[in-house]
Amino acid sequence: MAEEKTPNSRPIIDVRGVWKRFGSAEVLKGIDLQIKKSEVTCIIGPSGSGKSTLLRCIAFLEEYSEGEIYIEGELLGFSLENGGRRRVSDAEVDRVRRNVGFVFQQFNLWPHMSALENVAMPLKLSRGMPREEAARRARAMLEKVGLGHRTQAYPSQLSGGQQQRVGIARALAMEPHIMLFDEPTSALDPELVGEVLQVMRDLASEGMTMAVVTHEMGFAAQVADTVMFIDHGIIAASGSPNEVFRENQNSRLRQFLQNYFERNVFWQGSEGAAAP
Amino acid sequence: MTFNLAILTDNWRDLLDGMVLTVLIWAGGTVMGLAIGLMVAVVQLLTNRWIAAPLNVYVAVMRGTPFLIQLFIIYYGGPFFGLDLTPMVAGVAGLALYGGAYFSEIFRAGFVSVPPGQIEAARMMGISRLAIVRHVQLPQMLVIILPALANMTVLLSKETAVLSVITVNELTSVVQSIGSTTFAFAETLLFLALVYWAFLEIVTAAARRLEKRVGRFMLRTQN
Ligand SMILES: Nc1ncnc2c1ncn2[C@@H]1O[C@H](COP(=O)(O)OP(=O)(O)OP(=O)(O)O)[C@@H](O)[C@H]1O
Ligand SMILES: [Mg+2]
Repeated sequence: MAEEKTPNSRPIIDVRGVWKRFGSAEVLKGIDLQIKKSEVTCIIGPSGSGKSTLLRCIAFLEEYSEGEIYIEGELLGFSLENGGRRRVSDAEVDRVRRNVGFVFQQFNLWPHMSALENVAMPLKLSRGMPREEAARRARAMLEKVGLGHRTQAYPSQLSGGQQQRVGIARALAMEPHIMLFDEPTSALDPELVGEVLQVMRDLASEGMTMAVVTHEMGFAAQVADTVMFIDHGIIAASGSPNEVFRENQNSRLRQFLQNYFERNVFWQGSEGAAAP
Repeated sequence: MTFNLAILTDNWRDLLDGMVLTVLIWAGGTVMGLAIGLMVAVVQLLTNRWIAAPLNVYVAVMRGTPFLIQLFIIYYGGPFFGLDLTPMVAGVAGLALYGGAYFSEIFRAGFVSVPPGQIEAARMMGISRLAIVRHVQLPQMLVIILPALANMTVLLSKETAVLSVITVNELTSVVQSIGSTTFAFAETLLFLALVYWAFLEIVTAAARRLEKRVGRFMLRTQN
């Protein structure tokens, strides 16, 4: 895994002063963040605070209105020329984000293809990989997420947790340097959340660089190197899980965490136990 | 006057010729129309509005004016623009342009029916927009739009009759001339109706079989 030539090498993701507007609505208001190799960053925050928008800007699924986003040192989506910026071609966008994988809340599998085809098709189409090799790689990826026995199943024949694991395998097959997850377990029945989080834990321990928008505070507390709290389009708090969950006294953050704990309390005892 | 089917058997040669010609025009117009419709819809989908604008005008004009007028303009107006077409070529081209406008609208609705998230997922995997159309959108939307495509194809079979006005000897014009010389309108018109009805049945049956094939992945949803 380790191929670090320079210690303290440049961040994989470097977001500088990014603003995003939808018409007159300002959704991101000057976001700065860096994600370094092998780091896990969890992004938390209230609904509508701009978490998805931020992640989608980093993937260039959304054009940011202002600022700069660098992926492994390359400016994403635009070229800077005499003071202004110009949108580059789709092919150029693809080139810069070729090492970025994205996992969606709604899985977004292609329903007319089997699990195997979902993973193999992009390898054939965008990497020009021969059919046999693509199928072999796809099978290996599905095995990695515990679905070696369901390669021929169509998405509609799989549970939500299994579908999301196919989604993860599909992104992993492209050998990304960073994986972005937008609420990967929010569409799942509670008993299926664990299997997806386990796959993500394994990835993190293998050294995958990850940015995860999540409402799973337990996961963030255990796995994240950095937790960021986004509120009204700005990063209102950021730091280690301990700093953010226990030390930081930002009132909006405390309120947010308080709401979370109250929602997840399931036993009214002296301890006031909370779900993970 | 009695119902005399001999009229049909006596003229079977002319009727057969007319029918063959009708089927050729229909098949040619439909295949070319589908190609035009698909290309127009894809260009509208993938390019900016300045390129799409003339195509929108084309679609609006073809849908907003009678096919008869369009044929007249292509055939009789063509020479003014240096387009000297035979009746047959003008007719098939006219039918293709007319059908293409409707087909493009059907394809356009089909493209929209595929959830955008699936396209985003494909874009994140570095798949080009055109390859997404081919591998993600078309295979899924085909199930949905097949009935509409089949319906339009049947409508085009009936529009072939309009080609008689630019002297193409297709089935309707053959039947008309037999009718007007023998006055056996009932027999000839019944025959004509039966033939177009057969076209309808053939297309519908073909569409149903195709639907089952391209829709296999949807049937599995039910278990
Ligand atoms: N395409 C869009 N057009 C207009 N407004 C949008 C668009 N996408 C998002 N917004 C708005 O931007 C704000 C932030 O949305 P975003 O989806 O980023 O929130 P979020 O933090 O991910 O919330 P959630 O936890 O509910 O997923 C919301 O007010 C939303 O209505
Ligand atoms: Mg969101």
